[in-house]
Amino acid sequence: MTRAGAAIVCLTLLAAVIGPAIAGVDPAFQNLPLRLEGPSLSHWFGLDELGRDILARLLAGARISLLVGAVVVGISATVGTLLGSIAGYYGGIVDDVVSRVSDILMAFPGLLLAIAVVAVLGPSLTNVVLALALIGWVGYARLVRGQVLRVRELEYVQAARALGATTPRILARHIVPATLPALIVQATLGMGGAILAEASLSFLGLGVQPPTPSWGTMLNYGRSHLLDAPHLTIFPGLAIAVLVLGFNFLGDGLRDALDPTMSESRRG
Amino acid sequence: MRASRGALERVDSAAVPFRRDGRGLLGREVVDLVFGNGDQTRVALRRTVGEVLTARVARLHGGDCTARVLAIAGRSAKNDAVLRFLARRVTLTIPVLLGVATLVFSLIHLIPGDPAQAMLGEAAPQADVAALRSQLGLDRPLLEQYADFLSGLIRGDLGTSLRTRTSVTAQIVERLPATFELALAAMLVAMAFAVPLGIAAAAWRGTFIDHAAMAVAMAGMAIPNFWLGPLLAIVFAVELGWLPVSGRGGIDHLVLPALSLGLALAAMLARMTRASLLEELREPYVRAARARGISRSRAVIVHAFRNSLIPVVTILGLQFGAVLTGAVITETIFSWPGIGRLLIQSIGFRDYPLVQGCILLIAMTYVAVNLFTDLAYGLLDPRIRYQ
Repeated sequence: MTRAGAAIVCLTLLAAVIGPAIAGVDPAFQNLPLRLEGPSLSHWFGLDELGRDILARLLAGARISLLVGAVVVGISATVGTLLGSIAGYYGGIVDDVVSRVSDILMAFPGLLLAIAVVAVLGPSLTNVVLALALIGWVGYARLVRGQVLRVRELEYVQAARALGATTPRILARHIVPATLPALIVQATLGMGGAILAEASLSFLGLGVQPPTPSWGTMLNYGRSHLLDAPHLTIFPGLAIAVLVLGFNFLGDGLRDALDPTMSESRRG
Repeated sequence: MRASRGALERVDSAAVPFRRDGRGLLGREVVDLVFGNGDQTRVALRRTVGEVLTARVARLHGGDCTARVLAIAGRSAKNDAVLRFLARRVTLTIPVLLGVATLVFSLIHLIPGDPAQAMLGEAAPQADVAALRSQLGLDRPLLEQYADFLSGLIRGDLGTSLRTRTSVTAQIVERLPATFELALAAMLVAMAFAVPLGIAAAAWRGTFIDHAAMAVAMAGMAIPNFWLGPLLAIVFAVELGWLPVSGRGGIDHLVLPALSLGLALAAMLARMTRASLLEELREPYVRAARARGISRSRAVIVHAFRNSLIPVVTILGLQFGAVLTGAVITETIFSWPGIGRLLIQSIGFRDYPLVQGCILLIAMTYVAVNLFTDLAYGLLDPRIRYQ
């Protein structure tokens, strides 16, 4: 399953990077006379309500999905690692503040806070990334804090401290690298989550705005043609499900590889 | 029926924390407890550990009186730990609720530029904007606004909707039953699918059934409910015509939204059920049951499965938040008249007091459900409350 996941992710990445060039169709080009036409040899996935090629829009949308996933995970992991490692290492009031703030953010279920933030800031790609990163860092901070609490007591860290290494150096060279395996797993699973979250917000009309192609937006517009042109709904949904499944497979596989105890308990 | 001096000391020291007024037992009470007749013992117990436990001790009979008192003291210690656990968890929730309220209050101030202008649109006359600013209290000092918001919240007053000019609380209360109905139905769907799938995967671990069940579960977790919902509608409402496609009414209206919302949760719960059941199947009591000649299916279903349900039910409770968020999307797809749809509609109308109210209510419900789940888990599993 890990290989299948890696293959799905790599293929999507490849399609996002070179797909639009190979497809040779402008995702914004409108062929109104052929609007809502079903899949055919010339348009494999058919055309949408404005006569735009759905395959070309899916390929362009893959860029948005992967970009949002990568930026959200990048910001969340960086901020979460920084705050989690400082909270875990120093403890005391810093730890209390980070823990209480994360408690409050975690009191908002799933996407709710992101919906609220985008609702007040206005729908746009940047605001979606901001909103998702705002709630995303908490998971990384909690993970890293827990790891740091464990690692900081290990002998090699105490040895570094005894040798006079500064705190930033101990954190950067000795403690944070030890948390990397868990971080990588979390980030991989987080990519799938961020992609799904962006699609959800776009589906609700709170994410990427037209004419920029986004899988969630495509699904939202396809909803009104559910009866006469179901291909508008089927292909974007399939793309989201397959890519998220790919990241979940990959994340699960990495967890098994990097954390043997988890692997054991999962296998039974 | 005489107790030794050592036994008396044990009674006294064991009972010290359990007297309701916080003090140790008085000498006379100890004497009544240990040496007294039935009535004296009951009176002493009522003064110390309360009516409920007294009723329990009345059911205890025979044996050494000291042992009876120690048994009561032991039960009382358990109750005391439960109370401490409940108090601690409830106390920890208060700052979180305050933080949630503060964050929701500050949302309106995140609006770029003038919030009143943003709500009415760029073309709105300045007089209207000023009137709205005054109505929302945005022209007052921030601390005053905050204090007003909190006092309104305590009174259950979440302000007035900009669009309908009616109470936000009233609108939310009107929609609340629909959302709870959908959420509960989705959780039932989740359990109905997850439990058999998880049991099958665990019982036939490593076989094709296990792999197939877990592949289905993984796929279920990846399928977005905003895609599954329309697909279900195409098949069951449009093609087969079995079920209505939208709206709220009888149980037939509930089926598609509940399936759409519950299946993703079912996928996750199936994985949890499998993992939890596998853990239980390794326990010695299951092996002992098998050694006594109990059939494999009975050992799995009657013995292991019941214990494996504790973490599964806990996760189900903790996932209530995901169900509430998913309800926002599902209600939008199926025109289900709940809070989620109200939230999305109010965002569309820039009715920010109503947005704030919906967000606040969903978040607070989530916190409350998490609290109850924690408490229930603590009551079910003593290891949690003694930590």
